[in-house]
Amino acid sequence: MLVGQQQRLSDEIRGLVERYGRQRNALIPILQELHAAHASISDFAMQVVADELGIHPSEVYGVVTFYQFLRRESQGRFVFRLCRTISCDLAGKARVARQLENDLGIGFGQTSADGRFSLEWASCLGMCDQGPALLVNEKVYTRVTPEQVHQIIEECKATFGAHARQVAHA
Amino acid sequence: MSAEIRQDVVGDTSRAPVSQIPKLGKKATGEAAGYIGGQVSATIDGHELKVPLGTTILEAAKSMGIRIPTLCHHPDLCVAGVCRVCVVEVEGQRTLQAACAYPITAPIKVYTHTQKVRRARRHVVDLLLSEHYGECYTCVRNNNCELQSLAKEFGVDFFRFGHVTEPRFEIDSSSYSVIRDPNKCVLCRRCVRTCIDVQEVGALEASGRSIGTRISTYLDKPLGEVVCINCGQCINRCPTGALHAKDASDDVWRAIEDPTKHVVIQTAPSPRAGIGECFGLPPGVPMTFQMNTALRLAGFDKVFDTNFSADLTIIEEGTELLLRLYKALVAKEPVAFPQFTSCSPGWVKFLEHFYPEYIPNLSSAKSPQQMFGAVIKTYYAQKTGIDPKDIVTVALMPCSAKKFECNRPEMDASGFKDVDYGLTTRELAQMIKEAGIHLPDMPKSDFDDPFGTRTGSGVIFGAMGGVMEAALRTVLELVTGKKVENLFENANIVPVRGFDGVRYVELPVTEVSPTVEPLIAHLVPNWDFLKGVTLKLAVAHGTANAKKVLEDIKAGGPFSKCHFIEFMACPGGCLGGGGQPIPTSPEIRAARAKAIYDEDAASEVRKSHENPAVVELYREFLTDGPCGHVSHRLLHTHYTPRGKYID
Ligand code: SF4
Ligand code: SF4
Ligand code: SF4
Ligand code: FES
Ligand code: FES
Repeated sequence: MLVGQQQRLSDEIRGLVERYGRQRNALIPILQELHAAHASISDFAMQVVADELGIHPSEVYGVVTFYQFLRRESQGRFVFRLCRTISCDLAGKARVARQLENDLGIGFGQTSADGRFSLEWASCLGMCDQGPALLVNEKVYTRVTPEQVHQIIEECKATFGAHARQVAHA
Repeated sequence: MSAEIRQDVVGDTSRAPVSQIPKLGKKATGEAAGYIGGQVSATIDGHELKVPLGTTILEAAKSMGIRIPTLCHHPDLCVAGVCRVCVVEVEGQRTLQAACAYPITAPIKVYTHTQKVRRARRHVVDLLLSEHYGECYTCVRNNNCELQSLAKEFGVDFFRFGHVTEPRFEIDSSSYSVIRDPNKCVLCRRCVRTCIDVQEVGALEASGRSIGTRISTYLDKPLGEVVCINCGQCINRCPTGALHAKDASDDVWRAIEDPTKHVVIQTAPSPRAGIGECFGLPPGVPMTFQMNTALRLAGFDKVFDTNFSADLTIIEEGTELLLRLYKALVAKEPVAFPQFTSCSPGWVKFLEHFYPEYIPNLSSAKSPQQMFGAVIKTYYAQKTGIDPKDIVTVALMPCSAKKFECNRPEMDASGFKDVDYGLTTRELAQMIKEAGIHLPDMPKSDFDDPFGTRTGSGVIFGAMGGVMEAALRTVLELVTGKKVENLFENANIVPVRGFDGVRYVELPVTEVSPTVEPLIAHLVPNWDFLKGVTLKLAVAHGTANAKKVLEDIKAGGPFSKCHFIEFMACPGGCLGGGGQPIPTSPEIRAARAKAIYDEDAASEVRKSHENPAVVELYREFLTDGPCGHVSHRLLHTHYTPRGKYID
């Protein structure tokens, strides 16, 4: 990472620390904010966070590796998480899974080459009575059928265009 | 002359990092006052006892003489409650409870070995073994392993849940000091709690989750590449063979068996107080003279006493302190105060990583180990006519960080590697056993000349406050011209001794000597500048405590006004070092300390500047005196700002 980038990231983290405080319990909100802003948490960022909170980088690393929703490596703009727990399994998640792999052109645990989509498994999303359940970023889809998969992806592509324009304006 | 301990300055010395100190509520009043801080009845296996509210079941049982097995629990560490080996049945509770983590807050009935309890414990161990790769007879911890003992205690006679037959993880031997073998790790997190709470280094932490959980460093990097101070405290608290020191004994045996090599060993004070434990003796039985005999039998050509170079360290470091005081008070030159001791390599590396801006405060004097190495390969080589390239210097130390220290690239003042190998107490005990020797049965014999005189000032380096006390004995005598015996009873400067994490002491200099000892007469004209000065001194051991002191200094607190601070990386000082016999506990360390102070009291010479071998060294070899050119080249060093960020 370049020095200038490091400086900007450090300033950003210090801003978050101002907001959430220096207590240990500020760690997760700070990491979530960082993750939301950068789609991943860099090795440098973990050290700055540790430094600011007066804990050790290994402790931050422990937390980041513990939570599925905090990542060190970048993920796609849209992360598809399909529930694989028993109720959704019985409700037919396997066919949805195949459809997702087909339409996105990637397997589970992978990110598309254009960086737009990631596909992963999730454990129970709490939607067991309405399975199969699929989480796309923060949006939950229930009773997903293979037929719907294409439509969901199209929705994403549309918002991605909008999002990309927003970013360009920012 | 009297020294005053200032507890008010020290404040809270609890070891938990600030962020983990529980927020205590207000003091109980009214009705609550009746039971908060009160007594509560505990009935364990039918025996009743009143215990203070909040006592854990484990502590209560212990005080009744009832044993509850444990694994993740350690007397030096905070409660974790992660292993579930200590489960017991509590009347009225549906599930079993972890005795180590269950505070008694109401009358309670506990059963510690019902069928349900025994089966659960056995299953816990069965499960641990199902994930454990290791063959006991090839393991450093064979016969001194808590997992092995539990398996025996619970009567494990087959692998109920299977057993790993191939190693699953790579062994990390990147560090000069500490080797990690995750195959043997039971995830008890004692190392994590040690490295964070006791040492404030934080090299190790659990990462991942569920069956993917591992103990890892930052970014899973090799230990040698992350911030680790090599103190080995994690090793001493690991219940299994997952952490151990990098063993140099094969190299040492090779040197001993090579007829062209002259192999000398220097032995530090703390191993003597601990090594008996490796031979089944209770802690605190000194083995100094038996060890000398054993070392010669094992094949070492000469056995020297590190006390010699400890005395040398005191002269150099003490002179440096007096020079700093002179510069500050008389010449009004800017000098870094307080002066920090530099003999603990774990502490030195801690400072280099976390507080590099304070490197100027570190005494430039090398540690006794390194001074001795340099002296052996120069002065001793000349005196005996042995080519230094044929001399192999081995250091027996209570310390794993000494292995790193002797490999620091700048430690070659003699033109060779000053100290070739560092051995820990445990490794030497192993070598002695391999030589077929039962140490306690050995006849006693003395150290070899020319460094043979034993002084008490060197011995006490092993205990917390020891370097400070030794330095004071010399400095006070030089400055006041009075015998320390006349200033402190039996020359015991008791106020600087003790086991509290941080000590702060004030010592007013009420009188000074009219003359300056010839040894340093060329450095200071007279002692008038010290008259009426109150020396402010502090001692801190365990780097979590060192951190507190440094933060206070940074904030301009009372420790920033100190003149001299002794820092030791390990709790209790060297006698609690990471190379000492396992297990360790506050009681064991106290017993070792007693052995050390007894040896000091029994020494004929108890002040560094009276050690005849040291006096002779200055007369014959270091002719321009303490902190002179020769001594600077051989006995002083420099440090490396390392920082804590990792690429
Ligand atoms: S760690 Fe203990 S149980 Fe495991 S191989 Fe070593 S001695 Fe045996
Ligand atoms: S040697 Fe010391 S600093 Fe290094 S991991 Fe162990 S406890 Fe931590
Ligand atoms: S390395 Fe040792 S102390 Fe650390 S978690 Fe594993 S078994 Fe416990
Ligand atoms: S099993 Fe899929 S949401 Fe619960
Ligand atoms: S010793 Fe109690 S849970 Fe480990």
